[in-house]
Amino acid sequence: MCDTCGCGDTELVPVEVHDRILADNDHRALHNREHFDRSGVFAINLMGSPGSGKTALLEATARAFGDRYQLAAVSGDLATDNDATRLRAAGIPSGTITTGSACHLDARMIHNALHDLPMKDVDFFFIENVGNLVCPAIYDLGQHLNVVALSVTEGDDKPLKYPVMFRRADLVVLTKTDLLPVLPEVSVLGISEALAKVMPRPRLLPLSSRSGEGLEAWLSELTRQRPKSVAAADLQGANPG
Amino acid sequence: MHEYSIVGALIERVRAEAAERGASSVSRVWVSIGELAGVDPELLVTAYETFREHTICEKAELSVNHVSARWQCPSCARGIADDAPLCCPDCSTPARLMSGDEILLERIEMEVSHV
Repeated sequence: MCDTCGCGDTELVPVEVHDRILADNDHRALHNREHFDRSGVFAINLMGSPGSGKTALLEATARAFGDRYQLAAVSGDLATDNDATRLRAAGIPSGTITTGSACHLDARMIHNALHDLPMKDVDFFFIENVGNLVCPAIYDLGQHLNVVALSVTEGDDKPLKYPVMFRRADLVVLTKTDLLPVLPEVSVLGISEALAKVMPRPRLLPLSSRSGEGLEAWLSELTRQRPKSVAAADLQGANPG
Repeated sequence: MHEYSIVGALIERVRAEAAERGASSVSRVWVSIGELAGVDPELLVTAYETFREHTICEKAELSVNHVSARWQCPSCARGIADDAPLCCPDCSTPARLMSGDEILLERIEMEVSHV
């Protein structure tokens, strides 16, 4: 500290930031989205509780699509490679992100996983998030569509209990509807009413991955949404650089 | 417990802002957390208390501004009542969230030396 002019003195300075704390993640997500768009890949962030039927939905999707579309996936889990093993057995090239203790996937993890997954000729890329109805909702991964799998066994008040997750959803897939006959206390109408209180544009697709009932509407939804990313890829091709 | 990863991102951002201005320390950090942000403010504070040791935030108090969720009709601006369907009761337009999903770093108070 200087006695003559005060140089070296410190003062408290307020610095206004007003930016998202997760701005770095948002930036990486944007990068992922650009990568998907350039490759003509439609990316879906599939979220839901553990056991909600996310992996079974992807297995059923692969069976139903057959050779019509090329799928790829990455699964996030705290431990094990089980989901990716199941998906590979179903014919979906898949990777695993083992998160250890982390309860969600973030954009950096997806970016790193993409290095090991060739995207050439892939039409749909599914990101099977960590089973959790809270944390995954707040991280943008670069997806084009947020889908939440909700199973009928979870009860019809789940949307009201986890409003953050359902608000983020573009589409809710109600899984395991083949079990509805043994669950008289659960109704599709009750779930729809709960969704309307947390989703401004509630969209519910009831289906059973086991019986295949309702699956056609899910496939139609995917193919209807996909042209957006294909158009983006065409645009990139038409205007190189 | 994604609050820990949010605190990690927060401290990193504060470190970068402080470094850019040559600050010797940080005395206070203000954040805004929305009711529908999916972040528990109490857990955020707990995570912050745990992680700030040996970082630029070691002596910095964390102030959390809680922001309530407010839904409104984007066409006629009518507010949506709590526990009501999220569409306008007058014109059925899907409601828009006007506030309540913030996870924001608002302000940092830092100690800067005169040159």
